[in-house]
This record gives sequence, structure tokens and C-alpha cells, in this order.
Amino acid sequence: MSIPVLEVVEVRKAFGSELVLEDISITVPEHTATVLIGASGSGKSTLLRCINLLELVDDGTIKLDGQEITSVATNSDDVRRKLGMVFQSFNLFPHMKVLDNIILAPMRVHKMSREEATEKALELLKRFGLSEKADQYPDRLSGGQQQRVAIIRSLAVEPRLLLLDEVTSALDPVLVNEVLSTVRDLKDHGMTMVLATHEMGFAKQVADEVCFLEKGRILEWGSPEKMLENPTNPRTKDFLQRVHEAGRL
Amino acid sequence: MSEEVRRGDGSSHSAPYSFGGEWTPTAIEMERRASRKRTVRKNALVAALSSIFVLGTISSIVVTSPGWKVLSATFFDWSYGFSILPKVLAGFFESNVILTLIASVSVAVIGLTLALIRTSRSPALTPFRILATIYVDMFRGIPMLLIILLVGFGVPALQLKGVTNNVFILGIIAVIITYSAYVAEVIRSGILTVHPSQRAAARSLGLSNFQTLRYVVLPQALRRVTPPLLNDLVALIKDTGLVSILGVTDAIRAAQIEASRTFNYTPYVMAACVFLLVTIPLTRFTDRTLRRSIERQNAQGQA
Repeated sequence: MSIPVLEVVEVRKAFGSELVLEDISITVPEHTATVLIGASGSGKSTLLRCINLLELVDDGTIKLDGQEITSVATNSDDVRRKLGMVFQSFNLFPHMKVLDNIILAPMRVHKMSREEATEKALELLKRFGLSEKADQYPDRLSGGQQQRVAIIRSLAVEPRLLLLDEVTSALDPVLVNEVLSTVRDLKDHGMTMVLATHEMGFAKQVADEVCFLEKGRILEWGSPEKMLENPTNPRTKDFLQRVHEAGRL
Repeated sequence: MSEEVRRGDGSSHSAPYSFGGEWTPTAIEMERRASRKRTVRKNALVAALSSIFVLGTISSIVVTSPGWKVLSATFFDWSYGFSILPKVLAGFFESNVILTLIASVSVAVIGLTLALIRTSRSPALTPFRILATIYVDMFRGIPMLLIILLVGFGVPALQLKGVTNNVFILGIIAVIITYSAYVAEVIRSGILTVHPSQRAAARSLGLSNFQTLRYVVLPQALRRVTPPLLNDLVALIKDTGLVSILGVTDAIRAAQIEASRTFNYTPYVMAACVFLLVTIPLTRFTDRTLRRSIERQNAQGQA
């Protein structure tokens, strides 16, 4: 059995007196997608931010390709070089054109030449149908396009692991699909991912494993079929029921 | 009538309706347009009449008042004014302009450095952070005239070897000391307004702290504070006049020398005009930059 890309072991995190993650353990093998579901405030985003070292864990360990990244000796810049992260609010750099957003990290972090970085970026833009947006500023793009650019930006550094934090939550329903099909495409190409999402249908399509979080704990986990159709934990059932009802409103 | 209505009306004249192909406005729309046109004409007429009435009344009161003759002879003796204008201009270009140029560049560099030190979180910079904070607090709180007096008269009194006694240079230094503190705070506020999520996005791409600052935070921060910085530039131009207290022959000092010779105050008015010639265009430019930056931010908000 090869080493999993990501291994989170008994991670704990508190903001002040509020415990937001408690004994969280997940394992993400290569080329698989783990989907985190749960209500807002259940700790999904915090977990992703901890993996990215944007937050420091209060206990437990996180390993990337078998190497502990939560050790004090870790250089967080080196770790983030291997990770891609996409945020709910896109967070494109508004003062840079789409192309410059994408080539910034390859050039500055990975010391790629401008020509090489541009060539790669244009290839990615073409692959996701955004070629004609390369010379536009982000605020000229629709929300869905902005989020796809944000995904491309994080792909441009060829990450080992992609973290997606509710990437469709800020989009209107019509635009959700274009982003989701982009993520599906990545999954089909073998990208290893951890996603937090409220889109259950989508979770079923891409997930190899689904984890249900509530109040900072993983209450139940398993295959998407089991988790989304036959959950055993009453809390999971209750959550899915509420999501389902919200979808019908 | 509000501006929007007039703007809406203007666009309906200039831009032909392209949607819907061949299209003639309905009678209702034609009547609306005609009505808007009438309103615009009426507004222009009212504005013109009220301006003529108010401004005319004020100027006729001023001109017919008993003191007007003395006043205009003392302050607005134009032929005298133009005869000494070259002296005022010489002072303006040789002192105020040069002072502004040198000071604004130095202030930009020092102010930016202070702002970066104050916003940094590196533990190694802690003593510098403390010093920068003290510096900014002090020099923002002391009137600039005092700093000019302290530097301009105080430093020569020390009789240090190798330190200049040139009041022009000391004056520039005093201006730079004070304005660096102002500008540092403006830039710092700009840095603080860049949303933390921008920093998070940059860091998660693997950019170092410095690269994040250099490529993501600072460009956005400086763009946002350009209008207030231009305001400070206007203030700086005016405040260079304060170094005249040290005996630097700038526009104000040149005017003062003339005025004290003839007891006619027209030279001061001439000096004021010279300053206005530079500051008014710059203020207009600042307004326009500010308006654009607000529009740009609004556009971003809507996206």
C-alpha cells in the first residue's frame, strides 16, 4: 500500500475557548476525493485551512506524502507550494489580469520563465474554455468564470493536493454547474482533492469518501452511497433531511 | 431635477437604440423625451438667472462699498503686482517647486518604509516598529512650523562639524521629517484595508510573506490611497511656504520683502495666485482620481 497523499491524525483546534476541531482524522489516498459535509460552522473550512497551514493546529499531526507538516521545523511556504487552495470567495487579485493572476505563483514561487508560465496558463485557460478572458480583469468576469480562474490559478503550480472550500457557495444556481463540471474534470484526471461542499448530488459524483462533521467532530464517514443514501447516525440523517428540504424550497 | 434624469436624457440623444433592430419610439416615449428636454432647458435658465442675480448682487455691494477704493489700491494694484511678479515667480520656482520635488520623493520613500515597518509582524523588527510608532505619533502631533524652527535654527546652534547651516537644506529636512509621518499613516491605512483573504490566497499559492506584500498587498493598497496622497501633495506644496520663516527666499518671502518696502499688499496676492495656479489644477486632478477610484470600487462590488 502506497503512502497516502494526506493523513490527518487526531487534529484539534480551538479559537479562544471555542473548540472548532476535535480529534479529526482523515486519510486521503492518491487520486481520490474526500468530501466534507456538515452545517456552516461545523469546522470544514477550519480543517482545510489547517491542512494549508493558514491556521496552526493545537494538537495532532498532519502528514503530506508521509512527511509531517505540522512540525515546528516545517517551512510553511514549502508545504503550500505542493498544495492548491480554492476559496468560497474566489479571492482573485483584482489589480491583475486573469493571465497575471495565474502566472504569478509559477513565476515567483516556482521560478518559471514568463514565457513558459504564460504558455502553460493559456493551455489551462483553453482546456477550461476561458481563453478569451486571459486579458481581462477579474471584475469583468461572472462569478462562475472567476471561480474557474481561481481553480486554474491553483492548478498552475501542479499541486499534489487540491483543497476546495465551498467553491460554489457564492454562486447563483445557474453558475454552479460550470464550476462543478470543472472540478469533476479534475477528478477524472486523477487530481487528489479534499472538498467542503453543500452540493450533495455533486458530492455523490466525485467523492470516494464522505465525512460528516458536526461541531468540530467527524460523526460518520464512508462511501458516498452509504453516507448519502443510508446514513446510520441520526445526526447525519437529520442534516441530509434538512439539506434536502432546503433544496426543495 | 436630479443628475440621473439629465444623464439619462443625454444618453437617449447621443446613443441610438440598437436593440430590437428597426424601432420607432412610441408616442408615450416621445412625449417623455420632449418633457425631459423642456425640464433641462428650464433648469439651465433657472441656474443662469439665479447665478447672475446672486453673484451680481455680491460684487456690486463689494465694489460700491466705501472701503473698496482703498482695498483695491492696497491689495489689487495689478500694474504694481505684475512688475514684481518675476521676483515672486523666481522665489516660487527656485524654492517652493524644488523643495516640493525633493521633499515629495524623499517623503514617498521614507513614508513607505515607515508604513511597512509598522505593518510588519516580524519579531526581529520589533524595536524598529516601536521607533516608527513613536516617530509617527510625535511628528504628526507637532505643528510643522515648530519643527522648521527647531531644525532650521536649532541644528546650526549645535555647531556640529560637517553639518550644514544652509537654511534651504534644513528647511527641506524639516518638511520631509513632518510629511513622512503623515504619508506613513496614509499608506499604512491603505495596507490595512486590503482584505485578509487576499493575503490568504497569496500565501496559499506559496508566495512568501515578502512576495505577498510586494505583488498582492502593496499594489492594491497604493492604488487605494492615491487620492489622499495627492491631497497631501497639495498640502505639501502650500506648506513649503513655511520655510520662508528661516529666511529662504521663496514666493512668500519674496512677496514679503516687496510688501514691507512699499506697504502695498498686492505682492502677497500675487504669491497667492501663483500657488493657486499650481494647486487648483492638482486639486481638480485629485477629485477626478478619487471619483474614478470610487467608481472602480463600486464596479468591483457589483461584480
